[in-house]
Amino acid sequence: MSLLEVKDLKVRVEDREILHGLTLTVNPGEVHAIMGPNGSGKSTLSHVIAGKPGYEVTGGEILFRGENLLEMAPDERAAKGVFLAFQYPVEIPGVATMTFLRTALNAQRKARGESEYSTPDFLKKVREVAKSLNIPQDMLRRGVNVGFSGGEKKRNEILQMALFEPAVCILDEMDSGLDIDALRVAADGVNALRSPDRAMVVITHYQRLLNYIVPDFVHVMSKGRVVKSGGKDLALELEASGYAQFEDAA
Amino acid sequence: MNLALAKNETGRALSDSFAVARDRLPGTGKVAEARSAAFEAYDRVGLPHRRIEDWKYTDLRALMRDVLPLAPAPDAAALARAAAAVKLQAIKGVRRLVLVDGVFAPKLSELDGLEKGLTIRTLREVLEAGDAALQAQLFTPDVANPMVALNSAMMTDGVVIEIANGLVLTQPLHVVHIASGTAPAAMFTRSLLRLGKDAGATLVESYIAADGATAYQAHDSLIVTVGDNSRLDQIRLIEDISEAFNISSAVITLGAHAHFNTFGMTSGAAVSRYQATIAFAGEGSRVETNGVNLLNGRQHADTTLFMDHAVPHCASREVFRAVADDRAHSVFQGRIVVRPNAQKTDAKMMTRALLLSDEAEADNKPELEIFADDVTCGHGATTGALDESLLFYLRARGLSEKEAQALLIQAFVGEAIESIVNDDLREFAIAAAQRWLEARG
Ligand SMILES: Nc1ncnc2c1ncn2[C@@H]1O[C@H](COP(=O)(O)OP(=O)(O)OP(=O)(O)O)[C@@H](O)[C@H]1O
Ligand SMILES: [Mg+2]
Repeated sequence: MSLLEVKDLKVRVEDREILHGLTLTVNPGEVHAIMGPNGSGKSTLSHVIAGKPGYEVTGGEILFRGENLLEMAPDERAAKGVFLAFQYPVEIPGVATMTFLRTALNAQRKARGESEYSTPDFLKKVREVAKSLNIPQDMLRRGVNVGFSGGEKKRNEILQMALFEPAVCILDEMDSGLDIDALRVAADGVNALRSPDRAMVVITHYQRLLNYIVPDFVHVMSKGRVVKSGGKDLALELEASGYAQFEDAA
Repeated sequence: MNLALAKNETGRALSDSFAVARDRLPGTGKVAEARSAAFEAYDRVGLPHRRIEDWKYTDLRALMRDVLPLAPAPDAAALARAAAAVKLQAIKGVRRLVLVDGVFAPKLSELDGLEKGLTIRTLREVLEAGDAALQAQLFTPDVANPMVALNSAMMTDGVVIEIANGLVLTQPLHVVHIASGTAPAAMFTRSLLRLGKDAGATLVESYIAADGATAYQAHDSLIVTVGDNSRLDQIRLIEDISEAFNISSAVITLGAHAHFNTFGMTSGAAVSRYQATIAFAGEGSRVETNGVNLLNGRQHADTTLFMDHAVPHCASREVFRAVADDRAHSVFQGRIVVRPNAQKTDAKMMTRALLLSDEAEADNKPELEIFADDVTCGHGATTGALDESLLFYLRARGLSEKEAQALLIQAFVGEAIESIVNDDLREFAIAAAQRWLEARG
């Protein structure tokens, strides 16, 4: 069974249709890259998969392991293994990162009927992951993303992904705002999570990220649809020729 | 004042009740005279109503309707119920002073091993046999305020704490007000804290009920003087049962170079009003007041603060955070007066309200009256709902709607709670907030 199936998805925001029938099938173990010009609907797709309010699905469906994802609350989706690394992670003043991480991890585990982590086990796990991503301990003591640089926010998203061990990871422009070294560290973090039963959907504008996280499939989105799909070479092609040819196709 | 309005059925019933209670109330001579004068002052107005500007959001005539009869002194069964309640709400490392149904309960209180320079007496003792100056001080609060007047007339007991010059108490004093009565009744308490010069103390006041307590009214007042170079920390926690009324007043007067840090949190009572006057009487003093309301159902909680900058070079900070759910109503009235010679005053007030339902209400009335020209004064207020984008982020990470709200509410009130310096007391306040959040489900 496919892990994630988006079928002919139509989405409206404030009376304007943004996705006009988008189809995407993701199987376990696969890495998909989605590229496409600004405003083509990439983040909209990722938000609808994660369950963000304010989007009206007017057609099509999204299945997660065959189940209707659109009927589930966002937290239910998270517990089942859907993870979105946000393009713009929010700052949450007054909520310590550690508290947040532990509350979230234990909420997911509880929803799945698993036992909650003990404090020492949790701390050990966070420290390990943080170290592998070059995230200093003092960042974890601050409010969630408060005063984090753009790159630090992105690394905090990858940290959560590593901690929650989701089945489907959607990474919305995780490379934006990262310097070259940080990009390599973050990509290593993502690659470490690649596994035969986990899938990734990597949204990016830049072929460079795909040198680090090598995709099995590349999709081009334009004006709310997937207008072309291919192998990893499609990204190189785009780098050379731009999106103009696809805008016509859309 | 509209006399016709004051003389309603309720007023008459209360006059009778005062006449009956008078014999039980401590003090004779000047004390009894002051009581009668206070009762007359109250009786001229009766319960305050919305046409009195200061009470426009808290119309006691509509909300409370009448003053209940004076609670009987607690019997053995009441004291046993109160003892159980005290145990449940014990704070680590404090000296406990317990008032049950408005009467000091020595057996539930810790009066052993008082530090040298610390004196604790009951209000009853002082009104019956204290020196005239102290008795007079107990009647200083302004009876122009009807609820203060009523309290002056009816005050039954309380604690009178004196801390000598130079004594810095490390152990917080915890005054616990417990209602245990199984029949509706009113309690009238008044306490006094005199903090000498170069001294320090932490005062905790909490209002709770024993198991089985029914609708009651807690009428309390507090008089505090903080000597030069002294520091007082105060924590008030109103956790009365949801049928209760809590009407409390305080007058705090600060000497020179004094520091007053106060935190108040209201999560209980059907209707509560806390009215405090903080008066700067010496230069170079500093006040931080932090307040939190956590309200649901049809709760009504009013905090009315009057910051009186009467002398130069003093600073005050007021931070108030209200959370209102369901049809709850939160009121904050903050008046700051900077008198003509109070130059270099630095006074700021910031209130924020978080409304968790469309029917919840938060009223905020700042009043700045500035008569000096070289001052820094400001106030700000915001009212809003929880941020949807933050809620979604948390939910996308697996938190249920209630869990996500709880985390954001904790963060919202956290800044105020963080102002509590003592670790055990801060933990206790956090636990009280937690109880409220858990009760939401
Ligand atoms: N809440 C909203 N209200 C109105 N329009 C919206 C809203 N959210 C998205 N849109 C519109 O939908 C379109 C797609 O936006 P989306 O953010 O999905 O694009 P994107 O492909 O992620 O772009 P980028 O590469 O710049 O991140 C844009 O035209 C955007 O303005
Ligand atoms: Mg985007």
